[in-house]
Amino acid sequence: MNGLSLTDLTWAVPLPVVLPLAAAGLALALWRNARAQGLISVVALTLSLVTSVLLLAAADDGPLVLDVGSWAAPVGINLVADRLSTLMLTVSSAVTLCVLVYSLAQGIADKNAETPVAIFHPTYLVLSAGVANAFLTGDLFNLFVGFEMLLAASYVLITLGGTGERVRAGTIYVVVSLLSSVLFLLAIALVYAATGTVNMAQLSYRLAEIDPGVSLVLQLMLLLAFGIKAAVFPLFAWLPDSYPTAPAPVTAVFAGLLTKVGVYAMIRTQTLLFPDGRADTLLMWVALVTMLVGILGAVAQNDVKRMISFTLVSHIGYMVFGIALSSDAGLAASVFYVAHHITVQTTLFLVVGLMERRGGSTSLDALGGLARLAPLLAVMFFLPAMNLAGIPPLSGFLGKAGLVQAGVADGSPLAYTLVAGGVVTSLLTLYAIVKAWNKAFWQPAPEEAPDVRLPRGMVGSAAALVVAGASLTLVAGPLYDYTTRAAETLRDPQQYVTAVLPGGRGEGRSADVTEDARRSGETGVVEEGADLEDGGEP
Amino acid sequence: MIDTAPNLTLVVVAGALAAVGVYLLLERSLTRVLLGVIFLSNAVNVVFLVAGGRAGGAPIIGSTDEDAMSDPLPQAMVLTAIVITLGMTAFLLALAYRSWQLNHHDEVQDDLEDRRVAARAAADLAAYESDDDETRTLEQEAADVHDETGAPVGAPPEPDAAPGSRRVESAEGGDVR
Repeated sequence: MNGLSLTDLTWAVPLPVVLPLAAAGLALALWRNARAQGLISVVALTLSLVTSVLLLAAADDGPLVLDVGSWAAPVGINLVADRLSTLMLTVSSAVTLCVLVYSLAQGIADKNAETPVAIFHPTYLVLSAGVANAFLTGDLFNLFVGFEMLLAASYVLITLGGTGERVRAGTIYVVVSLLSSVLFLLAIALVYAATGTVNMAQLSYRLAEIDPGVSLVLQLMLLLAFGIKAAVFPLFAWLPDSYPTAPAPVTAVFAGLLTKVGVYAMIRTQTLLFPDGRADTLLMWVALVTMLVGILGAVAQNDVKRMISFTLVSHIGYMVFGIALSSDAGLAASVFYVAHHITVQTTLFLVVGLMERRGGSTSLDALGGLARLAPLLAVMFFLPAMNLAGIPPLSGFLGKAGLVQAGVADGSPLAYTLVAGGVVTSLLTLYAIVKAWNKAFWQPAPEEAPDVRLPRGMVGSAAALVVAGASLTLVAGPLYDYTTRAAETLRDPQQYVTAVLPGGRGEGRSADVTEDARRSGETGVVEEGADLEDGGEP
Repeated sequence: MIDTAPNLTLVVVAGALAAVGVYLLLERSLTRVLLGVIFLSNAVNVVFLVAGGRAGGAPIIGSTDEDAMSDPLPQAMVLTAIVITLGMTAFLLALAYRSWQLNHHDEVQDDLEDRRVAARAAADLAAYESDDDETRTLEQEAADVHDETGAPVGAPPEPDAAPGSRRVESAEGGDVR
């Protein structure tokens, strides 16, 4: 391994995947005891959050690479914790933990909830393991397995309880996701046919050697698969259709994480596998139309959940814009924006869940007078909403300002168009948010709101996320520096390749090689398949 | 080394499977969609076999000459893909069954809220257009307007049978801007 100071932590790289997965099994075994399940889930996610923070600090000195089962790359699977993946991991762990606490409080509040808690916790843990696996993996096929883990869990979560509305929404979600999985798998098959490997570090230089036309096709196929997951313009229609019907904590964690995993995969493949940026013009247009169509959709909505689902689509456009710029500044701003957006979008969905509870509806025609009924709730909606719209000094403004700067620095007419599109989108976001604010909080209540008290745990965890989102401003300096360094690492694929492949790490075989191990190491691919199945089955 | 020239038979089979899969995927009934997904994923599995090159002996050192081995990696990946597809198929079946339990059919349904938004937009358009047409009243105009479902927008939307959390408001109660 590289560097003595890191050897301490390399063993911890798989923990964010393994811990939730093991906890999921344990929680499933204890399905009769809801309290024990909750405890296990909280402990597992807290531990993986702590691990992620430690990895975040460690990865700043260089990527941590772990060969799973000691099968050395490129034959074995490896987990790579570099700056981008650990940052994503940390933000997502924090968010999943907060949402878990929120859902626990909700479960305690509704004794007769239609949510079968016995299934909820194990599935939720598998989801977070899948997200961590997707962030950490250094292998294209293992990325697919990570996607399948989180998708399989999300299918269960989105149809929880099996009510008519959720089955309708779930059907669309499941079918579209399955299609994108098949496309991804097909792309992997073609990548393997063209290059003979699925190790991302090895792909990084092998894809540069093959016919440019073939490589472009592979790039576009991967972009298509990830584009569906990230919900960019022509491929986003499933999202506002399916998200709003799920329970608030589920929608919140979906909105925060699942689309961002797609964005992460785009960043990873665009920088590492296809660094020549031949799809940049296409991505620019996609980003522009995603921003505008998404936000116009949000303006037309009359239901708060659907409205913020559309803003979610719209703001994915900003991240794609940063990727498409293919510059250090653009990528840094994009990564910063992802971190900001995970926090803010999750918070908004949680707060809307509270509004639905307090006001009895998510329709803007039925809501009203919440500012007087629940002033704290009003503050909790206002802050992340303004953050989303990009009002200074909140982090949304900083991310957008970074993107605008990077766009202006690029200087091409298309980049200027996108800058203008971004500003217009930001204004329209403000309009949509203000419309929702006026109706839900300021208009006189059209009908009597139900007399309910909001459970402390739900308010507390949502408030924690509101504070976290607002305090991103306070740590914006160090965070932006970190994302800038992350972007520089990403833009230089050689660093990643050196860290992962044998050339940079001695023999390419594990240190304790015996004759038997060496021989089976040459056919180690069978073992690799077995590993994958273990990960894929839940 | 392994012969990597693609096998034409397998390529044709994969293409045929994919074509059938896409056709079925575009159907409205969930059972057919399910069959489509199975066809499509098997098409991809066959593509993996193509990617693995010519078939050979078991890839175990000592039992097969290294040049005559088949490539085991695509097979490992196909195996994983099959397992995953199995799980997804089971889930889709359960979903189709649940849909049949609830609605006595397994067709993919429209989103009601989406229709309401479209109906509001159509009603707004009618109100806007009627400004320069003095001979007809607003009601006459509105009666002619149809949304994408083909139902006149003047008619009240069908009641929401689902015990979902969202409240259904009547068209008259809706705020038409």
